[in-house]
Amino acid sequence: MSITVLAAGMLTTVQDGGRSGHAALGVGRAGAMDPVALRLANALVGNDILVGNVNNASALEITLRGPHLRFDNDTLIAITGADIPAHCDGKPVLPWRPAVLRAGSELTLGAMPRGTRSYLAVAGGIDVMPMLGSRSTDINSKLGGRVLAAGDVLAIATTRKITSENHRVIAGNWSLDPRPWFDPDPQTPIRVIAGTHFPHLDNASQRALFATAFRIDADSNRVGYRLRGATLALREPLELVSAGVVPGTVQLPPGGDPILLMAEAPTCGGYPRIAQVITVDLPRLAQRPPGGMVRFAETSLDEAQTRYLERERALARIARIVAERLHG
Amino acid sequence: MSSAQIEPLGDCALLIRFGERINSALNARALAVTAALQQAKLPGVRDVAPAYASVCVQYDPAIWADPAKALLPFARIAARISELVDNAAFVPTPAMRTSIEIPVCYGGEFGLDLDDLARHARLSVDEVVARHCAPDYRVAMLGFAPGFPYLLGLDPALHAPRRATPRARAPAGSVAIGGAQTGIYPSELPGGWLLIGRTPLTLFDPARETPALLAPGQRLRFRAMSADEISAGELAALTR
Repeated sequence: MSITVLAAGMLTTVQDGGRSGHAALGVGRAGAMDPVALRLANALVGNDILVGNVNNASALEITLRGPHLRFDNDTLIAITGADIPAHCDGKPVLPWRPAVLRAGSELTLGAMPRGTRSYLAVAGGIDVMPMLGSRSTDINSKLGGRVLAAGDVLAIATTRKITSENHRVIAGNWSLDPRPWFDPDPQTPIRVIAGTHFPHLDNASQRALFATAFRIDADSNRVGYRLRGATLALREPLELVSAGVVPGTVQLPPGGDPILLMAEAPTCGGYPRIAQVITVDLPRLAQRPPGGMVRFAETSLDEAQTRYLERERALARIARIVAERLHG
Repeated sequence: MSSAQIEPLGDCALLIRFGERINSALNARALAVTAALQQAKLPGVRDVAPAYASVCVQYDPAIWADPAKALLPFARIAARISELVDNAAFVPTPAMRTSIEIPVCYGGEFGLDLDDLARHARLSVDEVVARHCAPDYRVAMLGFAPGFPYLLGLDPALHAPRRATPRARAPAGSVAIGGAQTGIYPSELPGGWLLIGRTPLTLFDPARETPALLAPGQRLRFRAMSADEISAGELAALTR
């Protein structure tokens, strides 16, 4: 079972739920920028999705403009995340639902009219060599594979879970409602919890963080977004030593332009931690392109945790319903 | 001993903070708590990583959800962790106590900033090298990039400000000083620290059974390599 990459698209990588257990060695998580879209794509093809988005099967993370792929065997796929035109041998392939692609068929994925990252999962998962317990591509730290290029052949792990008999079930006329899981509206505020050093911002900067919009600089990537807008300042310089950071941490370097760390966040940083994006809003950020806008809204840790638990219950419910459909 | 602060780092991680200084006592507490947490294998804990004076714990709140819904996950895991923090003591393993020797080619093409450091420190180049090789260092933490060690024990006479403009690329194996810190670049990385030498050792290789040469808590010493003892293999490693 394999997929041949005929054209790679703008930036296509293999991603899963990321690396765990090696942060003490300075190894960051990496993994999907929009982990929820990845999990739903995996659910739609019958791959296990576990709580806490670890141990996900690996899928393709597609950025802004999609690849052109040939499926060398009958393959069950699902596309989630950003809207992306998808055609198989001239016929549209609908997202947010399973679809069977026949051996030899070619899938062409176009430019995303809305959003920044789409996920293409295959039943069984993409079978690249795991490195430090994950198949994810950490572009910046050069762990896992590399950015895909034309001519690459990706093996697919075989699965016995989905067989040709239940293609009938799969062909049913249904799809997931993407609305709770894909929000391309650039106006939706990104909720943050005040960080450890938020009180050290001067009054004007504390107001500006929530009252003004920031632009995601062109020099932004999977490691993080550089934000341009109001220049933020501390009341007085802070003497800090390097401490842990995670995806969603907003740091303030001396220049005054915040840096918002994303999937390939390093494991530690020495800049003031002024805010932390709540986990349920990270997929929204992952769908904003360079040049896009971000407006922050303050929320509480309790609210963040409550939303997280709600989201996990909703995802578990969807996974159960989809599994029932797939397995008839 | 001052008490540790456990504070949220968002809704899926927390920091256990002991202070905001680079010193051996605070770092020993961070290493002790890291070891205690690794041993405790708390459910839903995805990663535990020590820094100079803190420990970062990443966890899945869903595993710490309270069936009775009286407490939210952070309060529950923080309470459990604070029990561990109070009783943790740093006991280095025998392997950590045995210093690893890091051979270094100081200066010249391998340490472009060594002369600048000597001028800044008002010391001769030989004195800088001697002082850098003298201490028994301890790895406080790894970070910045996979396998990058931040070391405790640098002679205060060698503290030096970072370069005004960071280099776009510091070669793999570069031994460097930034402020009060010294460390080793495991791979080619951008960096603003002063480059004083280079080691032929491979600090991080994900394909190795133990990917990182140095773990937090590990003792190490630097040894100056003389030009005539460099083997062909080492020269290849130095110029990789």
